[in-house]
Amino acid sequence: MISKMIKTAVSCALLFGFSQVKAGEWSGYVAAEYRGFTQSKLDAEQFDKSSLSLSFEPEFYHSWNGGDDSFTFVPFARWDEHDPQRSHVDIRELVWLHVAQDWELRVGIDKVFWGVTESQHLVDIINQTDLVENLDGEQKLGQAMLSLSLIKDWGVLDLYVLPGFRERTLPGKDGRFRSIPEVDDHTVYESGAKDKHMDYALRWGQTFDDWDVGISHFYGTSREPRIIPTVTPAGLRLVPYYDIINQTGLDVQATFDEWLWKVEVIHRSGQGETFNAFTGGFEYTFVGVMDTAADFGVIAEYLYDDRGSDPAVAFDNDIFVGGRLAMNDAASSELLFGIISDVNNRTRFYNIEASRRFGDSWVLSLEGRFISAGSMGGPFSSIRKDDVIQLELARHF
Amino acid sequence: MKKLSILILILSSAFAYAQTPEEKGLEIAIEADKRDQGFADSSSKMTMTLKNANGDESIRKMRSKTLEVQGDGDKGLTIFDQPADVKGTAFLSFTHVLDADDQWLYLPALKRVKRISSKNKSGPFMGSEFAFEDLSSREVEKFSYLYLKDEAVDGEDAFVIEVRPNYKYSGYTRSVVWISKEKYQPLKIDYYDRKKSLLKTMTVSGYQQYLGQYWRPDVMVMANHQTKKETRLDFADYKFKMGLSERDFNKSSLKRAR
Repeated sequence: MISKMIKTAVSCALLFGFSQVKAGEWSGYVAAEYRGFTQSKLDAEQFDKSSLSLSFEPEFYHSWNGGDDSFTFVPFARWDEHDPQRSHVDIRELVWLHVAQDWELRVGIDKVFWGVTESQHLVDIINQTDLVENLDGEQKLGQAMLSLSLIKDWGVLDLYVLPGFRERTLPGKDGRFRSIPEVDDHTVYESGAKDKHMDYALRWGQTFDDWDVGISHFYGTSREPRIIPTVTPAGLRLVPYYDIINQTGLDVQATFDEWLWKVEVIHRSGQGETFNAFTGGFEYTFVGVMDTAADFGVIAEYLYDDRGSDPAVAFDNDIFVGGRLAMNDAASSELLFGIISDVNNRTRFYNIEASRRFGDSWVLSLEGRFISAGSMGGPFSSIRKDDVIQLELARHF
Repeated sequence: MKKLSILILILSSAFAYAQTPEEKGLEIAIEADKRDQGFADSSSKMTMTLKNANGDESIRKMRSKTLEVQGDGDKGLTIFDQPADVKGTAFLSFTHVLDADDQWLYLPALKRVKRISSKNKSGPFMGSEFAFEDLSSREVEKFSYLYLKDEAVDGEDAFVIEVRPNYKYSGYTRSVVWISKEKYQPLKIDYYDRKKSLLKTMTVSGYQQYLGQYWRPDVMVMANHQTKKETRLDFADYKFKMGLSERDFNKSSLKRAR
């Protein structure tokens, strides 16, 4: 897969005139991460106690033609002490962008984000999740694409042709945050084209005063695998199965002064039973709390998925309550915390993220994730011993 | 004809005599606004130096573009270059005369455009002593005015007017502005907080005239009297009338702003 990515990258670079890139600018970061696990491993093959990891993400940017053309290259690499599946490299971006008066064209490998809610991102589907990076699913793998944006009075229409599919990265048998047993690497696809299936997507977005609205559709290989237990001569295996799906999404945000109201809805067919899922709620911000410069936001969202009976669905009927504190100080100190609670059982997912800058170029971040898995066999039951405290020190340049 | 113009002269001077401090304050604000009209669009580079009470300094660098909008507040796009961890972050704002501004923030790590609450007018800009409202476009109708007196600042003749915000969520009850009689631009502003005590003083210097009309400063220094912190804002590379349009100030351009 990686060699294929690099091949695509090189041919893109040749195609779009790497030779034109005379002088550009480099930026990026290098980071060291420590993960401490407060509980013993659940499976004998997993590592115990703690792990160290290093990551590196440089970015090269060059523009020409008065800024109407640009080239961006963002490789990424991580080394992990214990889990070889987490040690990986990726091309996050390798893209040529051309901007005209009422359209924009992107060719290469890029990242695209859709959506508005905080607790999960239902509508966001273009890029595969780089799940070994972080359990929150916010890290994404680069996706090869040809994308045309039409910028008109009636809104922005983004059209995507997505050649090739990336499998979700999953922890290996040595790693934490995994199913028991671990997911097999013999991936199965619904499409005969396997990971070369051509996917298509489009999104229309428009702003109506206080309302930001987006409607999207995706046809192609589901980014979310179904995990199929399969009996083999070697015993029980969990096989990832990627369906061909159709997904229609809606995302809406209404911004009324200190109130942000957010909704995401999806309708997906082709992945087992047709289903609908919803995330929606609000964020209310108190500005200048207790006579300081700090802002404090209260976030509440409801998460619903009508595949409620399927144990693989993490958030079928859950409530997220959280807070976001921005100190607005010179160090950009921030704190985000929240709890996702299942309405029906006692499953709770606790999350805390804090960060601040030291000097001009160092950023220290702390993350904590704690799981209290109510019933056995629930979506979190295999990671119920994976409570983690993570410290990361990054140097940006 | 001569009689008529004499009559007008008498009437208008009589009118001037009857002018209230409110009317004179408003008149100065309207004149300042009028003299700054027609720049169409502008851009500049900014370096912010934050200094705390101990004298420790940290630097922020950004670039900003402004599109003049007739009959409403201006549109602005700010791109952050430094510190390195926020490089590529960009901020889009559509300011309005009295309605809440529309604001979007682009977060490059997640490629996410977020519509944000504009209630943060009084909040610090990038951890500095400047609040968002100190740096946003000053439409005449956003404030009410009261002429106080004439007083020179460093030998430059100025009108002194009291300005009170008409919009919601300001961090100030009032400010006192020294407006240069020559340039019709502020030389100094004293800001009074919600408890009516003196919070900050901004001094503006190094004015240069561009395109034979528009005065822009090289330096703004904001001193906080309560925390003893200070922020110096240096401007460079002012450009005007570059042919920017609405197209350069939307969510698509925000996503690719560099």
